[in-house]
Amino acid sequence: MIGRFHIGYPGFTLDVDLSMSETGITALFGPSGSGKTTILRCMAGLERPREGFLSVAGEVWQDERRGIFLPTHKRPLGLVFQEASLFPHLSVRENLRYGMKRAGNSEGFEAMLDLLGIHPLLDRAPGSLSGGERQRVAIARALLTRPRLLLMDEPLAALDMKRKLEILPYLERLRDELSIPVLYVSHSLDEVARLAGHLVLIENGRVTASGSLTSILARPDLAAAFAGETGAVLETTVVEREADGLTRLEFPGGKLYIAGDAHAPGKRLRCRIHASDVSLSLSAHTDTSILNTLPATVAAVAEADTPGHVLVQLQLMDGETLLLARVTERSRQALTIAPGLTVIAQVKSVAILR
Amino acid sequence: MLSSSDRIMDSSSLTAIWLTCKLATLTTALLLLIGTPIAWWLANTRSRLKGPVGALVALPLVLPPTVLGFYLLVAFGPHGFIGRAMDALNLQRLPFTFAGLVVASVLYSLPFVVQPIQNAFEAIGKRPLEAAASLRASPLDAFFSVALPLARPGFVTAAVLGFAHTVGEFGVVLMIGGNIPGKTQVLSVKIFDYVENTNYTQAHWLAGGMVFFSFIVLLLLYSRRKRAGWNW
Repeated sequence: MIGRFHIGYPGFTLDVDLSMSETGITALFGPSGSGKTTILRCMAGLERPREGFLSVAGEVWQDERRGIFLPTHKRPLGLVFQEASLFPHLSVRENLRYGMKRAGNSEGFEAMLDLLGIHPLLDRAPGSLSGGERQRVAIARALLTRPRLLLMDEPLAALDMKRKLEILPYLERLRDELSIPVLYVSHSLDEVARLAGHLVLIENGRVTASGSLTSILARPDLAAAFAGETGAVLETTVVEREADGLTRLEFPGGKLYIAGDAHAPGKRLRCRIHASDVSLSLSAHTDTSILNTLPATVAAVAEADTPGHVLVQLQLMDGETLLLARVTERSRQALTIAPGLTVIAQVKSVAILR
Repeated sequence: MLSSSDRIMDSSSLTAIWLTCKLATLTTALLLLIGTPIAWWLANTRSRLKGPVGALVALPLVLPPTVLGFYLLVAFGPHGFIGRAMDALNLQRLPFTFAGLVVASVLYSLPFVVQPIQNAFEAIGKRPLEAAASLRASPLDAFFSVALPLARPGFVTAAVLGFAHTVGEFGVVLMIGGNIPGKTQVLSVKIFDYVENTNYTQAHWLAGGMVFFSFIVLLLLYSRRKRAGWNW
């Protein structure tokens, strides 16, 4: 998928050039007012930029230079808004059939009901559903048109935490079972880190970074975009639960021990390690209570968004996996931390994303 | 003592009632047909013409009916553009005909139909139509399958107001239609006729009936007003 859009409003200019993988979830992440939703609306054909190009799966939907512009109803896409936007005069079943019928699709109805847990809701009126239920119906309604691109505009932002947690597992199932690209607009780093494979950072109508989620989150120079939540994400595999109750996770750059719930061996777990939970030392200590220590090489040092701190990018022993650590400028000077230095990263806490 | 003919409505009153119902029904039907696209355009346009067109549609709300009646009479007459067009098409001129009454009523009641529908369309907002477009509904399809059903309360209000307002018109009817029994003599004119001839009993029948009818209509309307998106 390739999209290029240029829009100038008074006081706001959007100028983006995106390319997106053909499967998996790509998150458009950025602060409110940065232009994320406008980009999504351009893709949907709901806004028509003066200069625009969009091709999906090799098919050109828009090319203003050649005068090509498919109106929204001719674009094979699914759209999920922040508010579910179900048709209030139709039942859930009729809402689901609305797009199916028009897209000429007669298959997959039952499977979609299973996937999103909608069976018990079919004959209800949208007004009687909870926010989470409405959003699940809206997602099913969009997917039943067999779209070649799914656009989601902050689909969880209008839900409270409980509803969010209720719907996230469904989104994860979608991610694993869908074979189409999903563009997911969000300003919540938690959601993005949990769901997305790719990340596009948007600021002031421009793309400031784009790439795999793990590589973008490990870049110290982008820390400001993530505010206090800077930290790397690791893809790990559960190996075993040891006798003292700790679970051992392995990943290419090393291993981590986590406490808490048991996970089945072989399961993939995505973990996030906040930069503020990582401290550095020059030698391996055996007399420390910190469980997770990872040998690493300093790859880069950048200013942190909090005064008096720096962010240190670490490369683990596999030569690829990256970690971020936030240390004070004083410590950096005391330990003479600079690119190339070998250090031991001490990880105080690991957050399991999924 | 009332004579037996005083106690029941006389047949010319019934003729006037029938004519009034016919006029109001036809006018309402035409107004829904004409008013819906105008309301849709007014609700959705970003054109600079929105203001002028909206004002034009609302004019009958403030103009004395005689002003509208006067200009229609001029337009319908042998030197007016409508009159000449009718002549060219070999059709009967409109003044003092039922057809003329219908045309005048449509213009006179236009704001009462356009505004509730426009308000209802505006209350729906763009989102349901965007959702419909993302579900492959063409704009026309989305209009019929989403906008119309969602605006239904506005249509009910519009139809009721259009009908009731047409039943209640007097000045325009008198100027355009005159007072021809069975052709242009509607209720309001008939009452005027009775009063002029001091036939107060028959006038009471019709006038009292009108009060009752209008009260019931407004009662129904105001009890469901909240849902109707009617706010002027």
